Amino acid sequence: MKLPSFPRLPAAEVAEHAAISVSVQQEDFNAGHLQASLLAGAQAEGAVAAFTGYVRRANDQRQVFTLELEHYPGMTESCITQIVEQATTRWPLLAAAVVHRVGKLAPGDQIVWVGVASTHRETAFKACEFIMDYLKTRAPFWKKEVGPQGEHWVAARQHDTNRAARWQEDTTP
Amino acid sequence: MIKVLFFARVREQLGCASLELPWSGQGLDLTGLQERLCVEHGDTWRAILAQANMIRAVNQIVVPDNCVLHDGDEVAFFPPVTGG
Repeated sequence: MKLPSFPRLPAAEVAEHAAISVSVQQEDFNAGHLQASLLAGAQAEGAVAAFTGYVRRANDQRQVFTLELEHYPGMTESCITQIVEQATTRWPLLAAAVVHRVGKLAPGDQIVWVGVASTHRETAFKACEFIMDYLKTRAPFWKKEVGPQGEHWVAARQHDTNRAARWQEDTTP
Repeated sequence: MIKVLFFARVREQLGCASLELPWSGQGLDLTGLQERLCVEHGDTWRAILAQANMIRAVNQIVVPDNCVLHDGDEVAFFPPVTGG
């Protein structure tokens, strides 16, 4: 049996028709500034849909003191870029950007921001949700919660897998 | 040389974030590499790396089954992802 061979550390390709930006960082971000940058880069008109994810104060009834986010440097960035590119080939987007934080975070802290600019709201909403659903199930990040009972690696949820799988059935533009 | 990386719960269970294996010549595949790690490190590693939900990546691309390896490849073992 001939086994497949996988390419050497591929550089992330950037789609030419939509402005794409991906950042994995420890620093906090300003959603307003990110949205302004998104619009400036895209000369956008029509619609921007944006999502911000925050650290929960309690998860599965466990109190959270801190959340530690680990990632696979290099693979994380190329994986998110591929997801965003998939979104730009599926919907006519003007620009899309993702910022995801890593390191030690506290309840209420911002974790992730996804912004999508398009000419119409339907595509902006859909692409934003698609990027989040795929990011949650494919990008190599891992969350560890620290609470009163000690440390706990967050388990992957079937609910997230199901949500991401919907996009393989939903082919509406 | 093959670079092997471990992340998150797997890294903690093994007590190892990364290691380098000298290239053993043609014919090595991902399953063979995992077996080599188990032979060198013992039954604890064998049990941890055989966990049902283990994800394996080669050159930063998830490999669902098995694939051939080449000198200089980067292999990673990690649990299901939980970002976002």
